[in-house]
Amino acid sequence: MITNKTQPAGEQSKSMSSYLSPLVQQIQPSGIRRFFDLAAGSKDIISLGVGEPDFKTPWHVREACVYSLERGFTGYTSNAGMPELREGIADYLHTRFDLNYDPDKQIITTVGGSEAIDLALRALISPGDEILIPEPCYISYSPITSIGGGVPVGIETFGKDRFKLTAEGLEARITPRSKILILCYPSNPTGAIMSREDWEPIAKVVEKHDLIVISDEIYAELTYGCNHVSFASLPGMMDRTILVSGFSKAFAMTGWRMGYACGHPDLISAMLKIHQYTVMCAPSMGQVAALEALTNGMEEKDRMVDSYNQRRRLIVKGLREAGLECHEPQGAFYAFPSIAGTGLTSDEFAQRLLREFRVAAVPGSVFGLGGEGYLRCSYATSVSQLNEALERIGTFVALLKKEKGNNE
Amino acid sequence: MEQVNELKRKILELLKEDARRTPELLATLLGAEEEEVKTAIGQMEKEHVIVKYATVVNWDKVDDERVTALIEVQITPERGRGFEGIAERIYLYPQVKSVYLMSGAYDLLVEVEGRNLREVANFVSEKLSPIDSVLSTKTNFTLKKYKQDGIIFEDHEEDNRLMISP
Repeated sequence: MITNKTQPAGEQSKSMSSYLSPLVQQIQPSGIRRFFDLAAGSKDIISLGVGEPDFKTPWHVREACVYSLERGFTGYTSNAGMPELREGIADYLHTRFDLNYDPDKQIITTVGGSEAIDLALRALISPGDEILIPEPCYISYSPITSIGGGVPVGIETFGKDRFKLTAEGLEARITPRSKILILCYPSNPTGAIMSREDWEPIAKVVEKHDLIVISDEIYAELTYGCNHVSFASLPGMMDRTILVSGFSKAFAMTGWRMGYACGHPDLISAMLKIHQYTVMCAPSMGQVAALEALTNGMEEKDRMVDSYNQRRRLIVKGLREAGLECHEPQGAFYAFPSIAGTGLTSDEFAQRLLREFRVAAVPGSVFGLGGEGYLRCSYATSVSQLNEALERIGTFVALLKKEKGNNE
Repeated sequence: MEQVNELKRKILELLKEDARRTPELLATLLGAEEEEVKTAIGQMEKEHVIVKYATVVNWDKVDDERVTALIEVQITPERGRGFEGIAERIYLYPQVKSVYLMSGAYDLLVEVEGRNLREVANFVSEKLSPIDSVLSTKTNFTLKKYKQDGIIFEDHEEDNRLMISP
């Protein structure tokens, strides 16, 4: 055995941070990270903090991947991804969301939706461009924007609007430097969706100010009682929109890292240029699995969506009975109750809930503007765990009420 | 066949996962009224759509003094009654746990349980084979049960997700 004699990182006396790019240095670590550390290692915690499905990837998808490995399908694919997969994505988007993309020129498969967002931003941003981001939102948009040289501009959305983006809210944040609008509906963390009627005024503003839209529709399949309307499907928005999606949420395939982007050939070919130099291609085994999911996975997907819907009803009812105000989330798998009435900040609430009642949830404040006073509760967990967590939340809220009474 | 509506179908699916779910919980999960769920369950119990609320037991963990055999039985159907009468004569034995009418090389698949091999063998030779219309039997002993009614006995797929993720 060869002994490794180099000193482990961290034991060196000299700090290396001065070598880092100032751009990267100024990026703050995610607020979610701290909660992760608090919760790590405890077995008795019920977690409502997980941002991924509780289903395993359906067996037929896993099996298709294993079979392809046995047959030695282990090399690179073309940069944009296997042609069959791109065709499959084109067919799927047409059937499900009334979108028409040319699989040869308008679709690129990526390492998760995350890479697609990064590619889109890097392909579009000139230094100093302002990127409009409705918040509360997924935590990555703003840091990726900054790393790409752009200036993130948050647009606060509100509980009274059920966290939908409004034309007035958008318009108020537009400046001559505004270039891109990042959308994520159904929304992580609020569960908000946008209907056709909600979208129309937004599309007008986008047109008026000549914006490009990056529409992260990773939760498109997870809507309840209504169908998802893709922003790209609105009249005149196809060319202005880079649609980002993937297999993680709809097909329970988070670890496979399979996403895609669709859009105007000029934009997609620019993204492809960055993609081919940075990652070459999405993992070939992930591509095989993704194709199998599209080909034979719809029934299983519907079953999973049905199951989320059941648990959605359970958590909303439970949170309301626990004494928290909770709007009805119509998409994704998060409830976003208000904890403002308890007298605690969302961070304090989440910390005490975790320490004293062993339930992990994510404080709304980590998701940007408008998130303070709310708590993100994922309901992608079993009915029995949800029931137990809701009971504990109820006890905690009652305790807070009592504490508040004593202080007054 | 009785038309089972969407609500009833969903109730059945949820009860198949866990028969102890209360009407209140079922109503919440399905976005229905509790009374509506109770009525639906009542009807299905009456019509024997819901036959029984039983427990799935992994007997391997209880005792090893138990063997199960799946017996392929060829029979001559009776005039007028087909396979019904003979199936009944077989399934009324308490040691018979399940009976299926099959297509293919044999007619009935009979699951028999006993304390040991001899007990099952005796059942076959003394009770099953002597029945007039039974032409032949083929006894297959089961060694281990992995899954029953969609329920995996030893599920190795743990929840290994990160406790908190964005």
